Formats: sequence, structure tokens, C-alpha cells
Amino acid sequence: MITVTVRFFAGHRDIVGRATAQYTLAEGTTLGQLWEQLVAEYPRLAGYTGRLLFAVNQQFGQPTTALADGDEVAFIPPVSGGRR
Amino acid sequence: MIEPFVITTEPLDPAPLVAAVQTPEDGAVVTFSGVVRNHFDGRPTAFLVYEAYTEMAVPVLRQIADEARARWPIGRVCVHHRVGRLEIGETAVLVVVAAPHRDAAFAAAAYIMDRIKEIAPIWKQEHWADGAAEWRE
Repeated sequence: MITVTVRFFAGHRDIVGRATAQYTLAEGTTLGQLWEQLVAEYPRLAGYTGRLLFAVNQQFGQPTTALADGDEVAFIPPVSGGRR
Repeated sequence: MIEPFVITTEPLDPAPLVAAVQTPEDGAVVTFSGVVRNHFDGRPTAFLVYEAYTEMAVPVLRQIADEARARWPIGRVCVHHRVGRLEIGETAVLVVVAAPHRDAAFAAAAYIMDRIKEIAPIWKQEHWADGAAEWRE
């Protein structure tokens, strides 16, 4: 098993109700799988699926990125709006 | 010494950034200031709150500047972004680009601002005059 820390920001933090959480996961769990687990736990996150950026240890990742013990994960909601 | 890429709760001032990017090779310095406006789609805004994933945002700002440098012949770049509560008229972001010639400086500054909106982990919460609030996402 591995343990990762998830950071929540902006609208995600409002839904989840906290800024960080620790998750213990099976070896080989990917970012995309962890996101699915979070959506199951917090159904209001579902609206963000498909319009997220993924990060592991402050670097952009992909849904297929495998997690490692001690990783810091962030699911980045769409960033600040605005028009040109 | 001015750090080129900064997330800060302090008010932003363009003058030190302009001085920091300019070298004798540069004939152009473009400054973009993103300022808090008092409305969005006709709805009155009271104030904004910005939040950043600072440990990631700073390297992402550096990456965006590198992307611009790969596309245009530019010199030094500074990007400072404010977080916390900002009142109407306050500056939320400064993008300052120096270059030998103005076309590259204008193009790079516009590109950097667009990319900040796309990928920098910085969020804006609009607090409407009627008391409601929402993340702009």
C-alpha cells in the first residue's frame, strides 16, 4: 500500500470541506483512479471530470500517471476565468 | 534583488519590475497589469479573492516564461501575482517583458497572460455586490 497527500483548492476545497487529506491506496494506483475514488466519495466533484489538470509533486501529470508512496497530489480545477 | 516569479499577498508595484527586466540590449519593456474591475457581465462586483497553489504556481510561471522565450526573441521576464482579498482597482497580476524590439515584447506579454489563465494554479473567487460568491472556473 502507498499513502499520498491530496491538496484541494478553490471549488474543490469548498466541496470536500478541507484543504488536505491523506489516502492509502493500492500500489500502482493512477491519478485517474484516485480521481474516480474522490468522485465516488464526493459526488459534487463529478462536474469537474474532463476539465481538470492533474499534478503530482507540483508537476503536471496525466490520468495514467502511477502514484508513489509520499506523493503530493493536486487535482486542479479550471483556473481563473477571464476574457482577453 | 527582484525575484522574477512571485506569488504574494503584498500590493504590486510595476516600477521595480520594469527596472529589473531592462538591460542595455532592450529597446522595449511591456508591462501588463491585470486590475480588479467592478463588474462582470453587468453584475456588480464587491471584491475578489485570489488563491494559489504557490509551490506549484511559481515553477509554472517560470515554465510559461520559458515557453515565451522559445517563441520570441525576448530578454528578462517578471511575473508577480497577488493572492488574498483584492479591492476594486487593485492590481492582481503584473507581466513585465523586456526585448530588443517591441513586437516580441508585446506578443510575449500577451502569450504569457493567456497561458497563466490556462495552466497556472491560481484561482479567482468573485464576491458579488449582492453578497453571493463563486469561484470563476
